[in-house]
Amino acid sequence: MALAPGPDPLGDGSGDERPKWDNKLQYLLSCVGFAVGLGNIWRFPYLCQTYGGGAFLIPYFIALAFEGIPLFHMELAIGQRLRKGSIGVWTTISPYLGGIGLGCFTVSSLIGIYYNTVLTWVLWYLLNSFQNPLPWSACPPDRNRTGFVEECQRSSSVSYFWYRQTLNVTADINDSGSIQWQLLVCLVASWAVVYLCIIRGIETTGKAIYFTALFPYLVLTIFLIRGLTLPGATEGLTYLFTPKMQILQNPRVWLDAATQIFFSLSLAFGGHIAFSSYNPPRNNCKKDAVTIALVNSMTSLYAAIIVFSVLGFKAANDHGRCLDRNILHLINAFDFPDQSISRDDYAAVLAHLNVTQPERVAGLGLESCRLEDFLDKSASGTGLAFIVFTEAILHMPGAPGWAVLFFGMLFTLGLSSMFGNMEAVITPLLDMGVMPRWVPKEVLTGVACLSCFLASIHFTLHSGNYWLEVFDRYAASLNLVIFAFLEVVGIVYVYGMNRFCDDVAWMTGRRPSLYWRVTWKVVSPLLLLTIFVAYIALLARVPPSYRAWNPQYDQFPTQQENVYPGWVQVTCVLLSFLPVLLVPAVALAQLLVRHRRKKKDALQDMHLKPQDSGAC
Amino acid sequence: MLWLLFFLVTAIHAELCQPGAENAFKVRLSIRTALGDKAYAWDTNEEYLFKAMVAFSMRKVANREKTEISHVLLCNVTQRVSFWFVVTDPSEKHTLPAVEVQEAIRMNRNRINNAFFLNDQTLEFLKIPSTLIPPTDPPVPIWIIIFGVIFCIVIVAIILLILSGIRQRRRKDKGPSEVDDTEDKCENTITIENGIPCDPLDTKGGHVNDAFMTEDERLTPL
Repeated sequence: MALAPGPDPLGDGSGDERPKWDNKLQYLLSCVGFAVGLGNIWRFPYLCQTYGGGAFLIPYFIALAFEGIPLFHMELAIGQRLRKGSIGVWTTISPYLGGIGLGCFTVSSLIGIYYNTVLTWVLWYLLNSFQNPLPWSACPPDRNRTGFVEECQRSSSVSYFWYRQTLNVTADINDSGSIQWQLLVCLVASWAVVYLCIIRGIETTGKAIYFTALFPYLVLTIFLIRGLTLPGATEGLTYLFTPKMQILQNPRVWLDAATQIFFSLSLAFGGHIAFSSYNPPRNNCKKDAVTIALVNSMTSLYAAIIVFSVLGFKAANDHGRCLDRNILHLINAFDFPDQSISRDDYAAVLAHLNVTQPERVAGLGLESCRLEDFLDKSASGTGLAFIVFTEAILHMPGAPGWAVLFFGMLFTLGLSSMFGNMEAVITPLLDMGVMPRWVPKEVLTGVACLSCFLASIHFTLHSGNYWLEVFDRYAASLNLVIFAFLEVVGIVYVYGMNRFCDDVAWMTGRRPSLYWRVTWKVVSPLLLLTIFVAYIALLARVPPSYRAWNPQYDQFPTQQENVYPGWVQVTCVLLSFLPVLLVPAVALAQLLVRHRRKKKDALQDMHLKPQDSGAC
Repeated sequence: MLWLLFFLVTAIHAELCQPGAENAFKVRLSIRTALGDKAYAWDTNEEYLFKAMVAFSMRKVANREKTEISHVLLCNVTQRVSFWFVVTDPSEKHTLPAVEVQEAIRMNRNRINNAFFLNDQTLEFLKIPSTLIPPTDPPVPIWIIIFGVIFCIVIVAIILLILSGIRQRRRKDKGPSEVDDTEDKCENTITIENGIPCDPLDTKGGHVNDAFMTEDERLTPL
């Protein structure tokens, strides 16, 4: 295998015109901002809740130590060493491996397209939070104003606002509907904000990151103080964090922990490679990697505390209102004086009535109100942010202020992740010299943002939410695992472990210890392979289906489980495997090019041999 | 005789107003929920006020201007507080049709509520749906206003950054050309490309060395 000669470690003057970070803090904040994203808020707490509370932290930290930090260190080191974006790095390591960089670039563009749609939704909610009462607090009245709109009545005002007034979602992915103009307008705005911040690459990103990376922490702290003082928060925290150790026997827990740490750190996007390529060559990337990974995990934990306290408050609130509804039924049926039964007396009164008049009580149709049932309700993703949290905020005093803070935090979290995404797209383009040198960088970033924007218009259709789920599930997950695996294998076995350790020693001043070498060589590739196999096994087991919001469904408001139609399934497969196919495709192309060049060289040698005189 | 008449009247009234009777409506009040500590007790005086409000509402309907307070009958008052009522015609033998009563109450619901410091949820007429207040939509939705503000700021910032970028680049281009100016005052036009002036030999304003030229011509072309 022909290895391209590595760059000279001392005379690496190729980075003379390369932009630089203004200071180390900008670089750290950019990496932290890229790693800390929406998933830390709405995926990690859900996993914690589903997988036995505090017990989930064990597989999580094991995965962090054996998979997250080693892979992260490797990405930062290789980017800092070779001082190029993902495509450049892999073409330098070996021209046959250029496909990995190209694949990472493709996946990053796909993710950038749909990630900004989530930001669009957050922006829409943020803009709607500046009013009192909040628009999702009450159902709109129906046409003759005698009651509320039926769809809203049957589900809830927050669900109605999300599914109908925001998304205007159709009942089927086949039914595309038209463009939701409010979302289109917000999409334009969010791409404009992204463009504003990355317009001159890290020069502008570095300034914007001070706000977008630090503001979420400020809001999280404010929410922590607010959350812990809410009634019911402490019960929620204790219940949700209490470890249930037996859940660790389920292999699914370990798989989800490994997957979560992998996606949480945003590995294999090429974004971290891009960011560290702007570093000075002699920078301690090992310390950076450990610091950033730990900050990311601590942020997840911090966010989980806040989410659990708010969920505890919401559960206590819902439980109280459930009791109130039952009490009202009892009072109305048995003509007790108004407010004569308090929530504490309810159980005793109900027991008494059950003994004296059981048939009448049975005929009332009382709900069973148990606090644990409300605490067990979990949600992740958009469901947590736009349905559960928005409802919890409604019951806090000063609701519009909290809504503004919450959605502002989500927006800045997503924005800093978008920076990393777009950097992973733009840095390789700049390195490859796609545009002639006289074209200013602003034009390149503008063209990149514009093309991503045009591609993401599709998600503002009425069926856009379903398409976003398709992209989220299939474009990102499998590809990134494969690319991370190829990255580790490529660096350890193609670039050479010894050469890599020499580079790291030159950059950080110390050779990587046994822990790093073992994890790079054996543990991380094995873990990634296991994740990949498990993923394939899980995907192959059930035909891919999605949950549709169908008011016509008889079990509405439960969402209807539909199977994806054939052409959507084909799209899923394409999304999952096309970026990976770039790797062998590029390798093959390189092989052909080399072959043809070798033939041409051989022919030229044959022509030149008879002429000996060195005329020139 | 008078006693007999009294009993007769009460009996008829009792028949007219019964739970579930024709044209009868159930009313439910939740005074403590609405007013908390300031709740008043429900007594016969409050009932009198209620009858007065219902009679008032009926008097606003065409053909029913002669409704008196005594035509409104209340019965089955519970501790809840809930009771049934009917409105009779002047003959006091028949009750007024439910549709008319419903219409009248709906038109004056606000006045009735306010008389008791209650609202649609705490003073319920069980078969009479209340008209919901239409949502007060401001002429321009608030989110558009805030969106406009943010979007304008972002566009202005982008334009400023682009303009400053162009200015920076022009300054950088002019920089190396100024260095040349100080060395050679003779030339006027310099074509600058990427900060490097083109044809530096020509702009030196030197003379063509004929000897050099002829030497070149002596060489055989390749």
